[in-house]
Amino acid sequence: MFDVQRMRAQFPILAREVHGRPLVYLDNAATTQKPRAVIDAERHYYEFQNANIHRGVHALSQEATDAFEAARDKVKNFLKAPHREEIIFTRGATEAINLVAHSWGRTNLKAGDEILVSEMEHHANIVPWQLLCEATGAVLKVIPIDERGALVPGAFESLLGPRTKLVGITQVSNALGTVNPVADIIRKAHQAGALVLVDGAQAVAHLSVDVKALDCDFYVFSGHKLYGPTGIGVLYGKREHLEKMPPYQGGGDMIAQVTFKKTTYNELPYKFEAGTPHIAGVVGLGAAIDFILSVGLETIAAHEDTLLAQATRLASAFEGLQVIGTAPGKASILSFVMKGVHPHDIGTILDSEGVAIRTGHHCAMPVMDHYHLPATARASFALYNTPDEVDALFRALRRVEELFLK
Amino acid sequence: MSDLRDLYQEVIFDHNRHPRNFGALPEANRHADGFNPLCGDRLTLHLRVEGGVIQEARFEGAGCAISTASASLMTEALKGKTEAEAAILFEGFHHMVMGEPVSVDLGKLAVLAGVSEFPARVKCATLAWHTLNAALKNESNPVSTE
Ligand SMILES: Cc1ncc(COP(=O)(O)O)c(C=O)c1O
Repeated sequence: MFDVQRMRAQFPILAREVHGRPLVYLDNAATTQKPRAVIDAERHYYEFQNANIHRGVHALSQEATDAFEAARDKVKNFLKAPHREEIIFTRGATEAINLVAHSWGRTNLKAGDEILVSEMEHHANIVPWQLLCEATGAVLKVIPIDERGALVPGAFESLLGPRTKLVGITQVSNALGTVNPVADIIRKAHQAGALVLVDGAQAVAHLSVDVKALDCDFYVFSGHKLYGPTGIGVLYGKREHLEKMPPYQGGGDMIAQVTFKKTTYNELPYKFEAGTPHIAGVVGLGAAIDFILSVGLETIAAHEDTLLAQATRLASAFEGLQVIGTAPGKASILSFVMKGVHPHDIGTILDSEGVAIRTGHHCAMPVMDHYHLPATARASFALYNTPDEVDALFRALRRVEELFLK
Repeated sequence: MSDLRDLYQEVIFDHNRHPRNFGALPEANRHADGFNPLCGDRLTLHLRVEGGVIQEARFEGAGCAISTASASLMTEALKGKTEAEAAILFEGFHHMVMGEPVSVDLGKLAVLAGVSEFPARVKCATLAWHTLNAALKNESNPVSTE
């Protein structure tokens, strides 16, 4: 049985107060809190194993390298990737997308080629492609969303064509909570000869991912949204693509041999990991994955679905409150606006009640434009949130109403 | 945290619900757009400046209660001020919302003093004033609080 109180006890920060009230942390889509196991893993690494990796002959360097590479295997198993060398460590989802746009994009795209992204993408899955289009003359096309915040049925299929070289799609929208039919998109894109990059930043903490079954070409995520450390993320890429791609950055670790005449590159995955990486972060990410798997993603998803259903029910009974993002399949995110109150004011008042939510455009300005809104308020749930906290959110929203609309 | 009531004074609610000097100003000879990318607030400021004196000030746009009330109060305060006087007011206002000592009489603008206790909201309060600066210089690019 899933015991949420036992879960909470593993997250030290949840014990703190904010403005004299118990912290109700509902900004998990921005970043999740860290369990003791992750904090301890990083600490243990620094206290007992700290050394640079892949170079020393001494014991610490060997231990650090082993810990680092063991985490790569954990990521590989977590994503069900066929090969460990398909797992590249990056600073986060953003850097992983930039790596693909730069390395794959600049060698494979030419003027007139097309990249498809959806209207609900995070800026991280828009701007790197815009930069690539500027550099190559390729064209960025946008799969529109409908009023529910789901992809307009049939729109992707009609945009997909012989010029489409890559489709960039988020598995779960951070602004709306929409879960996209990525398996279907990947299948159709492949039939048209296009590759697919899946932005899993909002997905990995909620859905179990199988990159082999999905057959995606690239998959990216950030550790910090998965109960892991900030500053570390992952690019999964099919070996056949990664092998052909040129390095993204040059430096130490990514080379086989350097002379001033010619430098040859290291094999995968090291070809894409120039310089000393965030070793402690990788170790922490490994611990986060162990933690998640020990709880079980199905269990986590079931718990979060209950919270989302409760929040959605309370929202629909709240006069003047409108949920933004009502697609049939959603994960863990409730974006909303309140008549007569700007989201920024909602955020400040909720904060004074100890309730942390996100307000703003959520790095998805095209989504805001779609709904003709400057911003929304967003509550997002994690495995440690409770039904009482959902109630606290709505109590605090009543207080907003009292102050603003009495 | 300081009391929410320090931030959300009655006057602020009043100006948020019924912003003064709201709308277009066809006779304006200075304009500027302001944008706060953090919260998506946008406002456009129109001024009619004659002989170095701000004869009229109006604004349009959508923002939070703090930025709307601040713009509304600012347009009231500007009427009849010279450009130099407006600059002194902005300086005083800026000191106030940063929680620093203020040496000028800010009049009604003082209701926004509570903002200094809410650092995340300082930009909301100053958006209108940054936009004013741009309008007085007649800068054509939108100003941003970032
Ligand atoms: C859907 C999505 N993609 C990408 C990102 C970027 O992640 P990071 O800032 O960790 O690189 C985020 C983070 O907010 C996100 O929600």
